[in-house]
Amino acid sequence: MNFQLRPKGIIFIKQDICEPMDRKIRVLIAKPGLDGHDRGAKVIARALRDAGMEVIYTGLRQTPEMIAGAALQEDVDAVGLSILSGAHMTLVPRLLDLMKANGQDATPVFVGGIIPDEDAASLAALGVKAIYGPGTPTTRVIEDVKKFANPV
Amino acid sequence: MTLAEKAAAGDRLSIARLLTMIESATSEGLDALDELYPRSGKAHIIGITGPSGSGKSTLVNRLALALAGESSTERKVAIIAVDPTSPFSGGALLGDRVRMRDLADRPDIFIRSMATRGALGGLARATCETALLMDAVGFQYVLIETVGAGQSEVDIARLAHTTVVIEAPGLGDDVQAGKAGILEIADILVVNKSDKTGADAAAHSLAVMLEIGEDLRKETEKADTGHWKTPIVMTSALNGEGVSALADAIREHHAYLAESGEGEKRSQTRAEDMLDRLIRERLFETWQEQSDPGQYQQVKTEVIQRQLSPRKAVNLLFS
Repeated sequence: MNFQLRPKGIIFIKQDICEPMDRKIRVLIAKPGLDGHDRGAKVIARALRDAGMEVIYTGLRQTPEMIAGAALQEDVDAVGLSILSGAHMTLVPRLLDLMKANGQDATPVFVGGIIPDEDAASLAALGVKAIYGPGTPTTRVIEDVKKFANPV
Repeated sequence: MTLAEKAAAGDRLSIARLLTMIESATSEGLDALDELYPRSGKAHIIGITGPSGSGKSTLVNRLALALAGESSTERKVAIIAVDPTSPFSGGALLGDRVRMRDLADRPDIFIRSMATRGALGGLARATCETALLMDAVGFQYVLIETVGAGQSEVDIARLAHTTVVIEAPGLGDDVQAGKAGILEIADILVVNKSDKTGADAAAHSLAVMLEIGEDLRKETEKADTGHWKTPIVMTSALNGEGVSALADAIREHHAYLAESGEGEKRSQTRAEDMLDRLIRERLFETWQEQSDPGQYQQVKTEVIQRQLSPRKAVNLLFS
């Protein structure tokens, strides 16, 4: 349908009353493992929401199986993990394997938290798109998610 | 195999992809829904509504386990959890999964979070189509959790076979219980947080409200027509108390719908609703394609300047 010829007001009314809706970026924000500090995850979730995305938040203490299940059912465009427990070298490869088995190996995964440099290099080699340490501006995360998520 | 065929065979990635397409109303998604439509009509669609903080998600978590029974590989329970879209950014924080962690990796349960994307009435714009898809791909129960609803978010009752309204102690007095709206749509009333003080009093004031309704009905109806009597179920979603009683009440209501013919009546209403909505949308599109954008701008300006009332403006556009 040709929208360009219509004045702006009509397009607004149309979106209000009937489809098509625009395709929103859907992001899963999850906290795998046993640490109980979710302030960072909540800040990122809120920042992505304010950037116009639909953010599905899983809450604390998720297993890689639970996160992979949620990513699949929600058909998300990106997955963000917050890990402060030091168990990232166990949890992240496991999640990537499960997502691959589910046919979601093309879905970008981001990791935030306390990650030593040598581990960051290994995670990047496994396919993690970006790793964010403490003090990363939320604007950078928003830009990255927009760049990699690319909804069809 | 088409995406629709894969979804009907139970492939979870295909179901998830189709849900996204239907939600964004792509023609591929809507065509797949057309293809699957003849398979629908078998699921029991259950609406769960109530005020924010009454414990809807926690109760849905328990209820899904009770309805699914032992874990199996069949498609048992689909959950559609609706949360509001921010009117400022267009984004949404969908947090119902936080309370549904027991269901996250069950192969017989499928949870999908949806944002309202500007729709009012407690549901998202595409909730109806989403429920239809879950029904068509073979889920036995479709649970729809609305946004936290106050008094007038009653759309769910037109979509669900069984509407469960959840109240919690401390949310209002017995005059609230007599008001029109959300309590009127309940097929089953739940007083959740029964472990808290005030739960018995809340159940009592709801019971009095239902009794008044029954008395008024008896005045107008001569014979007992065997209508459904809304039960009040006390639950504590936190401890799991009363959840099996709620599951039983839901199954009883389903049986009642089939026996009384009320189910047939409600299917007709649902079909009418869907058809009428699509007709309205199509009419609007057709009008938009044929209308003169210049004239629209012209009358809009006059409406803003108070030279023309909105009703007269529409008369002009259609003259």
